[in-house]
Amino acid sequence: MSIEKFKPATVYTIYIAATPEKVWQALTSAEFSQKYFFGNSVEVEIRVGGAFIVRTPDGALHISGEVFECDPPKKLTVTFNLNWPELIEKLGPTLVTYEIEPVGEVVKLTMTESHDRPLSDDILSGGRQGWPAILSSLKSLLETGRPMAIKMAPPQRMLAALRELGIKTP
Amino acid sequence: MSKPAFVYVTYIETSAEKVWQALTDGDFTERYWFGHRVTSDWTVGAAYRFANQGQPMVEGKVLVSDPPRRLVYSWDVVKEGATRERTSRVTFDLVPRGKVIKLIVTHDEIEEGGTTLRDVSAGWPMVLASLKSILETGHALDIDLAAAKELAHA
Repeated sequence: MSIEKFKPATVYTIYIAATPEKVWQALTSAEFSQKYFFGNSVEVEIRVGGAFIVRTPDGALHISGEVFECDPPKKLTVTFNLNWPELIEKLGPTLVTYEIEPVGEVVKLTMTESHDRPLSDDILSGGRQGWPAILSSLKSLLETGRPMAIKMAPPQRMLAALRELGIKTP
Repeated sequence: MSKPAFVYVTYIETSAEKVWQALTDGDFTERYWFGHRVTSDWTVGAAYRFANQGQPMVEGKVLVSDPPRRLVYSWDVVKEGATRERTSRVTFDLVPRGKVIKLIVTHDEIEEGGTTLRDVSAGWPMVLASLKSILETGHALDIDLAAAKELAHA
């Protein structure tokens, strides 16, 4: 797979009072991610070609992927594929890049979700709903020591669009 | 919403009343909005202005004022040396989600092909991250604005 043909579909930038190393750790450690990522835990082998996995709170495989770019604590690019039957066949892989840049005593974290084909706003609405909540909670966790308890509705618009494409959703 | 537009969502652990105050109280905005102090009486049709150390930066009119749920104002950059583009519009929607406020900022009616979209896309994440920090921790963000500007134009 070549990541050059992927185009950004969603970009979210957030500024966090933390060091780049702390932000990197929050993005890549299972223990940390469980606190801000709706209870999901990230498991990543920190090397190009390493595995990237997200498990649900009950341990089931939720997202699986591979590390494509890895430059701690500055940049991490992974495939971020939801583990739902037929999703990848019909929509192609999802690529997520995190860029961490210091601006004074603060870190600029930019998340870019890219795809290798155009996708509808309905399909993209799931990520656009999720990322602000996940990354707002990550910021709170790093700045206050506590994650946020955000009540989120399921991403109905995206789920309906997936069902229309014949993709089975949980 | 008219395109082009910039939409940003953030979640803040606070009350809607506190977010409303943070958006409309000049003493408060000066602390987290990188020195920008806002003044207005926040009635519909009233003028508002952001100034930094007395220098006018942004001004406009209050279009909707429904505390603590919705605030809409027009947006005209009047900073010395700035290129004037068409008057754009900013909408703040404050939505309670449990113990957290979902704040949605929509900046639209932006001039096509101008620099406003680029400028506000870089600016809002800084302002709103600083707003979230001050409400949750008591401290605004000390972003190195010159460094951030360099990154944005890189």
